[in-house]
Amino acid sequence: MTLRQIGVPLAALILFGLFWEWLVWVNGWPNYKMASPSDIWPAFWKFRGLFFEYGWDTLWRTVVGLLLSVVFGVFLGMIMGLSRTMRDALYPLLVGFNAIPKATVVPIIALMFVGQHDMNTILIAFLISFFPIAVSVSIGLSTLEPEYRDILASLGASKFTIFWKIALPKTLPEFFGALKVAVTLAFIGTNLMEIVEPHGRGLGHLFDSGKISADYPLMFAVLIALALMGIVLYYVVVALEKVFAGWAERNPT
Amino acid sequence: MSNLIDIKGVRHAYKTPSGPLPVLDGLELSVPEGGFVAVVGPSGCGKSTLTRLVAGLMKPDAGEVWLHGELVKGPKSTVGMAFQNPVLLEWRTILQNVMLPLEIVSTGMSKREQEDRARHLLDLVGLSGFEDKRPSELSGGMRQRASLCRSIVHKPEVLILDEPFGALDAFTREDLWQTMHKVKAEEPFTGVLITHDLRESIFLADQVIVLSGRPAKTQYVMDVHLTGERDIEMLYTPESADALNTLRQQIRIAQGREAA
Repeated sequence: MTLRQIGVPLAALILFGLFWEWLVWVNGWPNYKMASPSDIWPAFWKFRGLFFEYGWDTLWRTVVGLLLSVVFGVFLGMIMGLSRTMRDALYPLLVGFNAIPKATVVPIIALMFVGQHDMNTILIAFLISFFPIAVSVSIGLSTLEPEYRDILASLGASKFTIFWKIALPKTLPEFFGALKVAVTLAFIGTNLMEIVEPHGRGLGHLFDSGKISADYPLMFAVLIALALMGIVLYYVVVALEKVFAGWAERNPT
Repeated sequence: MSNLIDIKGVRHAYKTPSGPLPVLDGLELSVPEGGFVAVVGPSGCGKSTLTRLVAGLMKPDAGEVWLHGELVKGPKSTVGMAFQNPVLLEWRTILQNVMLPLEIVSTGMSKREQEDRARHLLDLVGLSGFEDKRPSELSGGMRQRASLCRSIVHKPEVLILDEPFGALDAFTREDLWQTMHKVKAEEPFTGVLITHDLRESIFLADQVIVLSGRPAKTQYVMDVHLTGERDIEMLYTPESADALNTLRQQIRIAQGREAA
């Protein structure tokens, strides 16, 4: 990390904050119309205990939902990628399911398992995020060139060996591309549920409390906390990608 | 003399939506142990089908494929294959790519011996110093050299080459032809080479087989008698010119452009 790599984004962040503060000040907006950065810190400090407690709830629910997505998405992608019949059968179902706006599913799930806050939230995070993973894995597997299979098949390798040594690693770049999309989606899913569910927990619930008590600086503080958490989750995926699929990145020549 | 590869009266048709598409019909091919046969023919005449049959990756509708006195019923680890596309695994280093077949075929070699063998082969084809590079860091010719190493690392009895030099530029291709001779001298194998390049066929093989147009059968067999050390100059002698002329004429017949 050079000074440039840290300094440039940091300077941009500070400039943005100053500009925001100036914009609110010059227009004389009250903080129920637009909170300024200087309102947000006190709001955070006042509820700092809840921020960490609820932040943890949001984080672990998102991560568990995402893990379920990975397991189920990879499994579904494998089935569709390796069998043409299964692909033809499942694709329309999957596309139809994905076309339903998940915001409409949220109240249904909330009623279906009323009071089960953790399960509801994880379920929505999972439902909203498995689609890109399933599609990318299935495309990665079904577009595997036959020669790749043949180099091992001609030696008498089993289907599983071919999958493990060739098909799976070859699909990793597509998988991580989808995981970057999925992590953001899962995060959206978690918050949708947390906002809607009464008597829940999580940052979404804190946001809703801010809304009910007309505490606008608190709502903005939640937004900033969510943005920070989203960035952290995203870069965790990027770091994993570097470790497991770094080979796909080509050096500029 | 016993043949290592014997293909007898093979017929095969692919199932397509518009009915069966016959690709091979009455194919005969024999390769003695240590022999190197080149198969040439018009495009789409079923040459690649032939390689898949020998490798045991598919079964013919009729006829028999024998390897070393055994009827081929499925893939065997005594076969090595290289294709036009080098199909190296991008996530492995060159050395790990070459060692891939050793992870499937049990050779009784220790890890150390496996690595030594892979390094030795890479050195033989002029790739020493590139063992730890990724395939994406190598040129097309170098990747094909690595692919060649991988196809022979488990000491296969039969080496099947399906247009391995087809996508290379003319000079790189000629370099690789020389490398092939070097490899064959050090690592004896029985080879079947599928190619579109007639010069390549007479430079590398000791027998050239011309297949007829689809459905393919053996149309013409030519023994290559090029003497002495093979270098590129020998492709410009009168004998070579005669051989190439004969083959070219046979290809024209196979394409249906000239009466037999």
